[in-house]
Amino acid sequence: MANPSAVCNGHLHHHHHQKQNNVLKSGVCKKNGITKGVKKNGVTNGTLYKKTFIEHFEQAPMYVAVLTFVGFGVGTIFGYLRDFMRAWGLEKRNVAQEREQQKDFVPLYQDFENFYTRNLYMRIRDNWNRPICSVPGPQFDLMERVTDDYNWTFRFTGRTIKNVINMGSYNYLGFAETDPNALKTVTKELQRYGTGICSTRQEMGTLDKHVELENLVAKFLGVEDAMVFGMGFATNSMNIPALVGKGCLILSDELNHTSLVLGARLSGATIRIFKHNNMQSLEKLLRDAIIYGQPRSRRAWRKIIILVEGIYSMEGSIVQLPEIVSLKKKYKAYLYLDEAHSIGAVGATGRGVVEYFGMNPDDVDVLMGTFTKSFGAAGGYIAGKKGLVDFLRTHSHSAVYATSMCPPVAEQIIRAMKCLMGLDGTTQGLQRVRQLGKNTRYFRRRLHEMGFIIYGNDDSPVVPLLLYMPGKIGAFARRMLEKNIGVVVVGFPATPITESRARFCVSAAHTREMLDTVLNALDELGDFLQLKYSRYSKSSHPELYEENRFEFED
Amino acid sequence: MAAAVGMGQQWVLVEMVQAFYEAPAYHLILEGILILWIIRLIFSKTYKLQERSDLTPKEKEELIEEWQPEPLVPPVSKDHPALNYNIVSGPPTHKIVVNGKECINFASFNFLGLLDNEKVKSAAQASLKKYGVGTCGPRGFYGTFDVHLELEDRLAKFMRTEEAIIYSYGFATIASAIPAYSKRGDIVFVDEAACFAIQKGLQASRSNIKLFKHNDMTDLERLLKEQETEDQKNPRKARVTRRFIVVEGLYMNTGDICPLPELIKLKYKYKVRIFLEESLSFGVLGEHGRGITEHFGINIDDIDLISANMENSLASIGGFCCGRSFIIDHQRLSGQGYCFSASLPPLLAAAAIEALNIMEDNPDIFQTLRAKCKRIHRALQGISGLRVVGESFSPALHLRLEDSYGSRENDEKLLKRIVDYCVNRGIALTQARYLEKEEKCLPSPSIRVVVTVEQTEQELDKAASLIKEAAESVLN
Repeated sequence: MANPSAVCNGHLHHHHHQKQNNVLKSGVCKKNGITKGVKKNGVTNGTLYKKTFIEHFEQAPMYVAVLTFVGFGVGTIFGYLRDFMRAWGLEKRNVAQEREQQKDFVPLYQDFENFYTRNLYMRIRDNWNRPICSVPGPQFDLMERVTDDYNWTFRFTGRTIKNVINMGSYNYLGFAETDPNALKTVTKELQRYGTGICSTRQEMGTLDKHVELENLVAKFLGVEDAMVFGMGFATNSMNIPALVGKGCLILSDELNHTSLVLGARLSGATIRIFKHNNMQSLEKLLRDAIIYGQPRSRRAWRKIIILVEGIYSMEGSIVQLPEIVSLKKKYKAYLYLDEAHSIGAVGATGRGVVEYFGMNPDDVDVLMGTFTKSFGAAGGYIAGKKGLVDFLRTHSHSAVYATSMCPPVAEQIIRAMKCLMGLDGTTQGLQRVRQLGKNTRYFRRRLHEMGFIIYGNDDSPVVPLLLYMPGKIGAFARRMLEKNIGVVVVGFPATPITESRARFCVSAAHTREMLDTVLNALDELGDFLQLKYSRYSKSSHPELYEENRFEFED
Repeated sequence: MAAAVGMGQQWVLVEMVQAFYEAPAYHLILEGILILWIIRLIFSKTYKLQERSDLTPKEKEELIEEWQPEPLVPPVSKDHPALNYNIVSGPPTHKIVVNGKECINFASFNFLGLLDNEKVKSAAQASLKKYGVGTCGPRGFYGTFDVHLELEDRLAKFMRTEEAIIYSYGFATIASAIPAYSKRGDIVFVDEAACFAIQKGLQASRSNIKLFKHNDMTDLERLLKEQETEDQKNPRKARVTRRFIVVEGLYMNTGDICPLPELIKLKYKYKVRIFLEESLSFGVLGEHGRGITEHFGINIDDIDLISANMENSLASIGGFCCGRSFIIDHQRLSGQGYCFSASLPPLLAAAAIEALNIMEDNPDIFQTLRAKCKRIHRALQGISGLRVVGESFSPALHLRLEDSYGSRENDEKLLKRIVDYCVNRGIALTQARYLEKEEKCLPSPSIRVVVTVEQTEQELDKAASLIKEAAESVLN
């Protein structure tokens, strides 16, 4: 999947690029490599990376893939059997039925469409949508629910499961909190403004609070201007169509989030997909696009825009930004970077992947991010040059047709951002960023040592742990809940069919004790469910785990 | 024998050489050309040469060097009408400060005045204390809070439907709901005045779109009949082609009501499902504010899906869809804006629940709102140069120019002067904003007047007379 990029780094490593990347400190010779199945294949890269960039995508042994397919096969056979039984009235049909009066309408759903949902997802449905009844902090309270009909419906018992360790929420910096002192300004603004806006940005929905927030976001990111939107998903889907259109080309990473995909589709531009984080694949697409122009009409492309994410939420990988920037400069393309998971979560002071790689924010044409994750709020932003933001103010779908951001939510972002910037007069924000980094590396290191296959970058707080077999998804999540740990599990279609996984989101608010509890539970469960697939013991790369090597020098 | 054959061959060869010497020059030249041509035919390729003229690496580099993209965004002029936003200082309540001027608010869709309601605020405060602000996750991954379930339950009960589903953004509600059901190859009949969120939902669905004239049932029936004939030609395809009618209760762009009883007749006659967008009519129409179905006394189950945002009457953020579980439940795995977006902050859900409580406890509020709508609707009649568009009971109505002054740009400028005139004298209005290039059927430029229950009769009359005054001074 990501192997060839190491070769690509070598390819980029010639004089021309070194000149373009003079913003990067030269002479710091560090390794850059990606391991997948191979222990180490780092390529020395003189200028692009300041520090080690290591991502793991270890492949499982062959028997695991075979057993995974067998698992799906068995599930499918039983699915057909049960569909047959339902059709003959041998098993109760639990699914809601079409209204009598509309039975002769064209069916709303094709029968096979929901086969997977009905027969496979339904078996383990209790592991998703678990309702919580407290703040989604490092620990939360879950509403206990039971099912009397094999997950078709749930019944609440009225009891709550207290103090479940939360490894699922995107609360990277721990700003999802209820400390009255921290929320003082939010409380005040809620009292002053209320919750609603009842208008759009272009009509009567631009409040002084929005102006304040936008100025702060621009300052935080070190760019000329920024604009904020009420929903993170819509920030992508309603702004990309304003930036590109017919005759433009979008080059999109294959693992991009749905909102980016939707935005790209709604724009009417041509979309081409490159392999995940694979610079060779991207460069080939760029070259071909410029050389051959648009298909059929043969006109040159009006513009080319590259869509990537900072941290990929299902892989835990970090975008290879230095290479992408040098490619986009070489080929005069534009770069749209979605920092939904990375803003606040990486970089010495939480400024996202741009800071993580020690780059200049001006290198990225469109900086996008959300406030849902690290900032514990809601909404998203787009930042960059003043010309870009002015254009969005006049042409963004969101600015014209969607209600603007709720003021107390804006205040939550402001207070979290001020804390990160040290404007609250403390170093608490910086401490949170550092704590997150420490927790991340500790958690990842221990999982490696235990012999789990985990994906992604050593610095990414998103930690996917590979489960592979569909039967293990439910077993894993249920057993973890029995141990009072809330985890997220993901299977097909959100992942490739053979790569079902659990995903942990490390938070700065997690204490070492909490992480140890989780790790011990995982160790035990890993043996019980035989999840320790990794063939590389900890000793094969001990040099990666000297804690102090990763400390930032700032 | 062998020698004889050898002899014979030798003789032929000698003869050939002799013939070569004797042959005339033109013959030899001709033969030579023929031979060369045969060689060429043998070695030349069968396809045309120019089709395979691969670019040399150097040419490729030149092409790459040559290519100049357009700028990422074109420059925006400093005085672009949409660039300089109105800045509201403080909350956008009944009394609003726009660009430093204190006004009575006739611009925000705060129909029921719940934005400034103390009960709503304290419900939100209590929620803030318990849950904090964000949810830090989508519904599937620990982003489902007890308040979300309660709000869905309350909305379903309020609307008297089986189930409701909430989204964290009003715009994303219908824009996600449509593509959850209607796919490539399906057919959607849609009113040409449909709002932008519907248009985007349709675009995302990649279905076959058939626009009918605004509120024109004969035109819709014509299209349905056309489709019926089409279906008879290809019954196999027709059996799997889903069809939908998408309409709005009260149209955002015109303030008109949709003729729902006729639509229901057409629905059963042609077996088409109806999706209804009620952002403007929810919490406005009907005795209890349940919207257009209550207004017409229609069984809500006859509508396949109702969607509305919670950003107008409920004065919160987000949106919801409601209907039968058979339909709504599908969105929990297929509604993109539902599955892939962080869930609604709990304090906003709590505010919406409290707003529903207030609506249920004060059913008179809808009557009051309608009376106020009628009052200003009447008062705005007969302004020379301006035409009132929209139903008399619509809380958002449009004032359009009777005659265009040449171009859209000119018209917009005139309307802006009217708006500015009013804002300077204490009545906050706005122009309805559209993306001119993106809209399927661009509505004429207009000033939007929004009525809320908080406006007193004096304020309504003042607004009407001020608009009249402004129109007279600007248009004459």
